[in-house]
This record gives sequence, structure tokens and C-alpha cells, in this order.
Amino acid sequence: MKLDSMYQEVILDHYKHPHGRGLRDGDAEVHHVNPTCGDEITLRVKYDGETIADVSYEGQGCSISQASASVLNELLVGKELPEAQKIQAAFLELMQSKGQLEPDEAMEEVLEDAVAFAGVSKYPARVKCALLSWMAWKDATAKALSEGKTA
Amino acid sequence: MTDARQGLTGLLDTEAIRKDFPILDRTVRDGKKIVYLDSAATSQKPRQVLDALNTYYERHNANVHRGVYTIAEEATALYEGARDKVAAFINAPSRDEVIFTKNASESLNLVANMLGWADEPYRVDRDTEIVTTEMEHHSNIVPWQLLSQRTGAKLKWFGITDDGRLDLSNIDEIITEKTKIVSFTLVSNILGTVNPVEQIIRRAQQVGALVCIDASQAAPHMVLDVQALQADFVAFTGHKMVGPTGIGVLWGRQELLEDLPPFLGGGEMIETVSMHSSTYAPAPHKFEAGTPPIAQAVGLGAAVDYLSAIGMENIHRHEQAITEYAVKRLLDVPGLRIIGPATAEDRGATISFTLGDIHPHDVGQVLDEMGICVRVGHHCARPVCLRYGIPATTRASFYLYSTPAEVDALVDGLEHVRNFFG
Repeated sequence: MKLDSMYQEVILDHYKHPHGRGLRDGDAEVHHVNPTCGDEITLRVKYDGETIADVSYEGQGCSISQASASVLNELLVGKELPEAQKIQAAFLELMQSKGQLEPDEAMEEVLEDAVAFAGVSKYPARVKCALLSWMAWKDATAKALSEGKTA
Repeated sequence: MTDARQGLTGLLDTEAIRKDFPILDRTVRDGKKIVYLDSAATSQKPRQVLDALNTYYERHNANVHRGVYTIAEEATALYEGARDKVAAFINAPSRDEVIFTKNASESLNLVANMLGWADEPYRVDRDTEIVTTEMEHHSNIVPWQLLSQRTGAKLKWFGITDDGRLDLSNIDEIITEKTKIVSFTLVSNILGTVNPVEQIIRRAQQVGALVCIDASQAAPHMVLDVQALQADFVAFTGHKMVGPTGIGVLWGRQELLEDLPPFLGGGEMIETVSMHSSTYAPAPHKFEAGTPPIAQAVGLGAAVDYLSAIGMENIHRHEQAITEYAVKRLLDVPGLRIIGPATAEDRGATISFTLGDIHPHDVGQVLDEMGICVRVGHHCARPVCLRYGIPATTRASFYLYSTPAEVDALVDGLEHVRNFFG
């Protein structure tokens, strides 16, 4: 069934058991919404020099947006900023691929659990759900940088 | 389930009606026939309307009110003929009270702008008040917020009760001597609630306020009689009543349309123009600047003919039966909570609900896999979602072509959703 290509086991697992959910101390906070469906996320980033010490978040949304935030937390916390930006760019490319991109080994190595979202890219209405937390993270990081919170 | 279907009375001959709607035979997702439950967003179109659009373009296309050649006169006659049909459909005292717009949003914005630029006694300014409700579609909130911000007038609104009705307990405090305009929806696009027009209009008339009714979710589904309503303005859109997109209607009382200033200026709405000033054509043309949506108006005329031939009372009775059946069946789905009136009484054929804590997006996605088309989200009525503390709902809405079997398909689909995310 096609639905399974969107709702991969990995995604449903993250949805049911989210990583790092809840707001904790951070250097910058942003609030993003998806105006078409009302999904919302409040996200904070905490940097320790170049290292992402924490990404904490709270919000409401569908399984795709919630699982995506959980994967983001798992993937980015502990990474250096340049590497995290590389991961973010790879995820964005995958989500904008309209289902045409077959993740290769190199991509899987970068994206880990996040490759499970490849199927979501076939559903234009849901791409924004998957990207909500990633766009919020990018925005929060820019905010933290401009406020000089990171090295 | 067939037991529950027994005793359903007032249903239309949907087998015959559905033959008029080619899209209802469409299959999606590996051969599944669509179950279209999103008519509150837009209705499907019968062949009669599609043919009218085609014939117009193939045989009569020309600009209106200009040429003296044959097809220009035909185009004008068809466009103005559509106005006659709409006027009769809503029992307007005069055809000149029917203004064509591009949709209901434009109609409502037009009223707000007429009042913003009007002279006394209609003028909305910092000493006056505007009243709307928490139940409105964004199209009946934002134009009034803009008017309020631009004029300094105070915006007030009626709240909603727990069971999805307007809370009119404080009506005398909300509508006061300062109120210039009260604008509210006849039928909620998210809750399905049919609002008590009389009570609101009586109070508005007491204080001399104008009344504008958003009939977008009413005109397609029930007899709409602007004289019986006693409002000053009534707005609705064509595409929800089996007509094409790009055509809306604003009905307004003739003396108001004479007194109130135009909003958009341009061709068609003038009498004479010099470089210093212009005089305006009489209503409705005063409010129809530029080349109008001609084919779309002709299509709306065909839509009105189609609905009238079936009979708005019959359509309403059909939808009442479907709604009653749907409410009953949905309430049996474990974890399902109807957002809005939980009975078929004083409600339209639009039912919003939540399903446990499964997000509506996920509900809609699984239903789509089965060919079932529902709307998910806040339905351009975010204040309603905020009121009930929910991010979004799933909404099923029915129309003259909807069948009890489609209600069953929805209920089966929801069972599948629960299993999938269970």
C-alpha cells in the first residue's frame, strides 16, 4: 500500500515516542506556523560554541511534522553547526525532490532516520509539515548567530 | 448499517443526479472511485454548467455592454440574463440589486469599503462600532478588521457556546446605538450551525445598524429569500452552488446601492469621465468596474437553473436526511467528537470532528488513500479552532449528490484510520 511509503515505521515510532520534546533553556526561540493547516511549533536552540547543545520544541501538528521534529532533535543535537547545516540542506533537497530522489548510501549516511521521509516528498501538501521544524531550526540558529550567542 | 439507513426519507434520486456530474466517476489511488465530501469548500459542476461555459465561449464570446454587433449583443443578453436568474433565485425585488463580484470575499470586502468611504449616515469612523462573530470564515473577519484599523471604529463580536451556537446572551451590549454594521454568517462553514437571523436583525434594526449576511454556505443548500431575511446586504459565491469559480454575488437594498459610493473605479462603472471628475453608472454597474467575469456569470445562471429545476426545498430535505444519518453514524465511531451541534437540528450538511488525538492531516491522508475527499485544517475559521482548543478538524460536507453509501464509506474509512494509527 502506498500509504506505507509515507508513514514508514520509523516515522510512526518517532511520532509515538518523540525525542527531546518540551521546551528547555535556549539561546534563541522562534515560533513557526503552517498557515494552511494550523500546525505550530515553538523551538529553541542552545549552542555551546559551535556545538548544538540542545534543540527543544513544543507544538501541535500531524504525525509527519511531529516525527520530523523528533528526528531533527536526534540528528542535530551534539553536532557542529557546519555539519548540521549540511544535514539540513540534504533534508531540504530530499523533501523538495517530489519523490524523484532515491536516497543513495551517501545520503543515508548524512540523513540517518530522516531518509524515511523520502516518501513524504511525493505528497506536496505534506512537504511543509515535514519541513516545519527544520525551517524553525534554521531561523532560530540565524537568530542565535545574530545575537552572538555562538562562537 | 443498512438498518440505520432504513427510514431515511426525503432523499433525492442521486443515481440520476450523479450522472450529471462527470467528475464523480473519477478514480484515484489505483482505481478507487472518489467519495467527494468537500462540497463546503467547493461543489462539483454538472454537465449543464460545463456546457453553458463551453457554448458561451464557442458561440457568443464578446465583451459586454459595448459592441453593436450580433455576438456582442448576445454576450450582453447572456450576462444580464444571468443577473435575472440570480435575482429570481434569491427573490430580489429588483435585478439592479444583484452585483456580480469574483467571490464572496470580494462581496464582503466591497460592503466594508462602501461603508469606509460613505458619507453620513452610513459612514464608519472612530466613534462607531462594527459587529461580527467568532464563527465567521476569515473572509467575514479580515475585511472588518481592516475597516476597523483604517477608520478607528471598534470591532466587536459574538462568541460561541460549547455546543456550537452563537452566544447571543449579551446581544444588547454587543449591538448598541454606536453599531453601524452587523455582519454574520447564515450557516457556519466549519460548525454547520444555522444561525438565528431574526433575533440579530431585530436588534440591529432597533439601533439602526445595517446588516450584512454571509450566505456562502446557505445559498447552495436552502431557499434563500433576501426579502424574508430582511438584511441589507447578502453575499455568496457561485462555485459552492454548482457554478464555476470566479463569480460571486452581492445583493444590496436598492436605496443603499444608490447612496453608497463605488469602491473599484474603471471601465463599465461610469456615466461620463473627464480629466477632472467622473459620474457613475447606476447600480449594479457602479460596483462592477472593468470587464466582468462574463462566462462565469453565464455559468452561474446555468447553475441556478439546475438547482431550481431540482428545487431548493428538495435539496434541503435531502441534505437534512443525509446529515441526520451522518451525525448518527459518526457519533458511533469510538473517539470521535463532533465540533459543532451534535444533532441535525438547525445545522447544515457540514460536519467537523476530531478523532481521538489523531491529527486531521493524518486522518485526511489515510482517507485519501481510499478515495475519500475531506477537508482538514482550520477551514479559514481559525478563531473557532482556538475557541475549542484544537489545532484543526476533519470536515465532511454533503450536497445534493451525496449518498448514504458515502457516509458509510467515510465511517469505514475512519475505522481504517483508527487501526492505522492505533
